[in-house]
Amino acid sequence: MSADQVVAAGPEVAAPTVVRKRRSPAGPVLNVLMVIIGLLFLLPLLWLILASFNPNADDTLSLPHPFSILNYHLALRAGAGAAIRNSLYLAGVSTVIATAVSTMAGFMLARRTIRFKGAFLVLILFLTGIPVTLLLIPTYQIFVNLSWLDSKFYTSIVLASMSVPFSIWLLKNFIGQVPGEFEEAAAIEGASEISILFRIVIPLIIPGILVSAILTFINSWGAFLIPLVLDANPSDTPGAVGIYQFMSANGQVQFGQLAAYSVLFSVPVIILYLISSRWLSGGFSFAGGVKG
Amino acid sequence: MTTLVKPPISDDIIIAEPRLRSLIRQVVTTAWLLPSVALLIGLFIIPTCYAIYLGFTNLELLGQYAQTYNFTGVANLRRMIHDPTFWYSVKLTLIFVIGSGIVAQTVLGLALALLGQRVNVAVRSSVGAIVVLAWVLPEITVAFVWYSFSQAGGTLSHIFGVPKSDLLSTVPMLVVCIANAWRGTAFSMLLLSAGLRNVPGEVDEAAQLEGAGYWRRLFTVTLPIMRPTLMINLLLITLGTISDFTLIFAMTQGGPGNQTAILPVYMYIEAFQFNQLGYGTAIALTLVLIGAILSIAYIRQLRPELRDAKS
Repeated sequence: MSADQVVAAGPEVAAPTVVRKRRSPAGPVLNVLMVIIGLLFLLPLLWLILASFNPNADDTLSLPHPFSILNYHLALRAGAGAAIRNSLYLAGVSTVIATAVSTMAGFMLARRTIRFKGAFLVLILFLTGIPVTLLLIPTYQIFVNLSWLDSKFYTSIVLASMSVPFSIWLLKNFIGQVPGEFEEAAAIEGASEISILFRIVIPLIIPGILVSAILTFINSWGAFLIPLVLDANPSDTPGAVGIYQFMSANGQVQFGQLAAYSVLFSVPVIILYLISSRWLSGGFSFAGGVKG
Repeated sequence: MTTLVKPPISDDIIIAEPRLRSLIRQVVTTAWLLPSVALLIGLFIIPTCYAIYLGFTNLELLGQYAQTYNFTGVANLRRMIHDPTFWYSVKLTLIFVIGSGIVAQTVLGLALALLGQRVNVAVRSSVGAIVVLAWVLPEITVAFVWYSFSQAGGTLSHIFGVPKSDLLSTVPMLVVCIANAWRGTAFSMLLLSAGLRNVPGEVDEAAQLEGAGYWRRLFTVTLPIMRPTLMINLLLITLGTISDFTLIFAMTQGGPGNQTAILPVYMYIEAFQFNQLGYGTAIALTLVLIGAILSIAYIRQLRPELRDAKS
């Protein structure tokens, strides 16, 4: 890289006016360097995909032979389907609860003068910094006392609450950007709060609601520690816990089947991320070269 | 049409309306805030306060102290001070946060962000997509992939030139650090490349006209301007890494021995495998304390910038 410095400095000393030349000299080296880093990042993903289609997969990177979807078949038979349905339940219920509750709160925080609003918002921001690890044992103890353990529904409420602080902030800012004139006009016409929310505010902030919902869904989908501790019922096992149990099961690790299971479990999240990144502008447009 | 009919009817009400209306408004506002406030109180504030209490008790998962437990004062604290595993765990946590989070993720993320400015668009967007994909994957998938990658005969072992050894038992901490860096680099890359875009081009060009080379400009112009972004990046990475559980637990369960039992994993082991819920809570409180101290340190570093921004 010191060559870069020399080359970059060279022409400038000779002709200081040619400022924009700097891109060309180091170009190929940097491109190659970035491609190498990219390949190193790609290797684990490549292994995962190839192993999932390889009925004789082991932990070494190799081309599948013969190429088959047997692993997917076996993984589904070993419980991947039921586990993914459980993940769908946990993520779905928590997303609906968190998004509904946060939209209502975000609307009021953006539109009304509320006493202690500033303090409330700071408190919410502070709550986003509290780790699950701290809440886990007291929540477990509360669940023991209320007999809420081993219930998919109560587990998804906990997952929902983990996303509420962030969602409120996101939606409050989103609603704050929508001009209030429409609502005032509707209120003068005699529309109720609920119909203002549903017929005017929500249509205008659908992108914000979707982003908030997708982020909550992705978080709840991947959640591991909370369902592991709060719901030990084997028939409620979500995908994340299922993969862990499959990994630590006795005997030979079934690399191929586990790879297929992991791919099945990861695809929904990847699709949702791609959808949401269309609405997330600015900092997140790095990957989407098309958007510029 | 309706507006023509309305006035005569509502003439009377208008006098009483403002107070009534503001009362209704207040009730509605409160009612709409209530569900989220209830969730936050029930599942954040009460558990947090409860944790502060439980951390000073001898609560157990099973056994004689499961039903009736007592406040034991500083007993947990004293036990922690004399617990070599706890101190080892603190050390591992710092290695994990500093090595994997602060150094590896930030340096790699910054390198990718800087490279992204100077390479062609196709390379940038395809490499960027791969790095982001690693970040989007569920943590358990990442854990499984890297578990397999570091087994005897796994790809990582081949890269390191020791194909026969099981890296998760020879250098477990290194492997989990690499896995975490692989997963987390995208976050720094995205945040820092957004920060780089906000560095005004004129400043850089002025330095260039003065004859400053690339590295000199990077360290004396670009990075100082980006200091707030770098600090926020470090703060978020630290808070994210310090409480990370899934990746390490799924890969090693804290083992072999205690060699990868960072504080969250040690807390889980004490609480749910050795049944020491009270002691586990005390460990979790320590973890939050360490996180808070580090956050305050970062925010103090940021303060000059915040003051400049205000004035």
